[in-house]
Amino acid sequence: MSGRHGIAKSRWLPAYVGLYLAFLYLPILLLPIFSFNNAAATTFPLAGFTLKWYASLWSNTVMLEAARNSLFVGVCVAILSTSLGICAARAITRYRFRGREAANGLLMAPLFLPEIIVAVSLLMIILQIGIELSLATVIFGQTVFCLPYAMSVLTSGFEGFDRSLEEASLDLGETAFGTFRRVTLPVVAPAIVSSLLVSFTISLDEFILAFFLSGTEPTLPVYIWGQLRFAAKLPGVLALGSIMIALSITLLTVAEIIRRRAERRIQGA
Amino acid sequence: MTALPASTIAEPDGPARARWADSDEAKGLMLVSPTLLYALALLLLPILIVFAYSFWSQDYLTIDRTFTLANYRTALGEPIYQDLLWRSLTISLVVSVITVTVSYPIAWFISFHGGIHKNLWLFLITVPCWTSYLLRVMSWKVILGYQGVLNTGLMSTGLIDKPVTSLLYNSNAVVITLVHSWAAFAILPIFVSLEKIDRSLIEAAHDLGDNKFRSFLRVTLPLSLPGVISAFLIVIIPTVGDYVTPKLVGGKDGVMIATAIQAQFGKGANWPLGAALSVTTMVIVSAMAGAVVLALKFFVRRIR
Repeated sequence: MSGRHGIAKSRWLPAYVGLYLAFLYLPILLLPIFSFNNAAATTFPLAGFTLKWYASLWSNTVMLEAARNSLFVGVCVAILSTSLGICAARAITRYRFRGREAANGLLMAPLFLPEIIVAVSLLMIILQIGIELSLATVIFGQTVFCLPYAMSVLTSGFEGFDRSLEEASLDLGETAFGTFRRVTLPVVAPAIVSSLLVSFTISLDEFILAFFLSGTEPTLPVYIWGQLRFAAKLPGVLALGSIMIALSITLLTVAEIIRRRAERRIQGA
Repeated sequence: MTALPASTIAEPDGPARARWADSDEAKGLMLVSPTLLYALALLLLPILIVFAYSFWSQDYLTIDRTFTLANYRTALGEPIYQDLLWRSLTISLVVSVITVTVSYPIAWFISFHGGIHKNLWLFLITVPCWTSYLLRVMSWKVILGYQGVLNTGLMSTGLIDKPVTSLLYNSNAVVITLVHSWAAFAILPIFVSLEKIDRSLIEAAHDLGDNKFRSFLRVTLPLSLPGVISAFLIVIIPTVGDYVTPKLVGGKDGVMIATAIQAQFGKGANWPLGAALSVTTMVIVSAMAGAVVLALKFFVRRIR
């Protein structure tokens, strides 16, 4: 059987794709399933439906504090890495300058470094300077790590931008700032929103840097890590984890929809 | 609004200055500099400091800054660190090979049969990988554990009558979990390189008498090699230093180098040794990645 371009279209391939998707999704779906299970053990058959694990989260002040920390860190990381990402992505897509490749390489480097080494090296320099570990150090550390992701969303958003629109605006007497605000920004805004959401999601789920740099105020993943040692705490963790997974998937879906709409808009412009 | 400074700096002082300040060079550098300085201060500088530390020594809490190779002698000479490094490299090499192999058909499927839904497919496949890494590892603990889903499931079907203990807490569990974590990240680069292949080349190979398999081997595979290589690198480099997976599902036989690195930085143990272990890991993984890249290129030249 042969498809377009004489490319083989086999029957086993879709089956393989299905299997692969099952491999990707089933482990993650297990957490929500067991979070509604009326027993502390994670075994089949299920013992019955309950919401008590979710209910117990609301009275868990330590967890709520960690959640607040995570939200605060996430918002700061999203803003910081997106702002820094805008500068770099715009410079790299718009101008040709010496060291452009090197700058891009450095910014993307965290993708190609073992994360523990980024964490450890940041920890060393922070303790060396004598700064106390806090949520601020987590924010600065996670921003380094989020930059490559913010950059890739932003560069793809900025790349298709038609420069003649800006030139026209300048020719028509608009100032450089006015042009940025009224011409450039509306076109690239979706990429910016998408970058904010992606960075926020990464920060929310990021563990290693938070683990090394957080001092006495844990973020949610650090809190979860502490709970994993106790088998009795597992159901609570499953409930919390299910909420986090749902939140991540929602945010990513929104980011993707916005990014696509942006792509279409640039193509149409 | 961070892009503002660059667009407002072009106030001409004199003709020559104005010309440079107006150039792409100046504007680009001005605009990129906040981000670049950030990365220099929080990424490059810390790594250089780790490098420096690896040649120093520590006596209780004071750092002795005389040059020494003693840390490297320990990192490369002590059996325990040799074992950990060796195991980390083997595990992440196995993980990378498996991940790339199982991901290639998916990338191929999306690129050649994805139709107008390519983006949707990619999104579907990447979503699980963005959800909490910690929780994904934990879910494998739930699956593979003694009282886990797999054991209880197999028992209820009657295939086994006693739980299998060898599922969790070993290097196999680490490999499975890491493959699950990195699968989607491997698909993306392979997909991108497959997208770049001119489809008429494949048609030409068919017209010239190659069967499907030969045309895949001689046209598609070699042309997608850059994607395969970057997929490989994207998996092998981070997995060598993975901390969470070995800790949660590795057990005694699944401990990897990150645990040792962390131990040297915790409780003021021995920073210089921890630094040397980090540098050694980075150097070895880069060398190994380089070797694999060369081997793949050589292999492709042979089948062509």
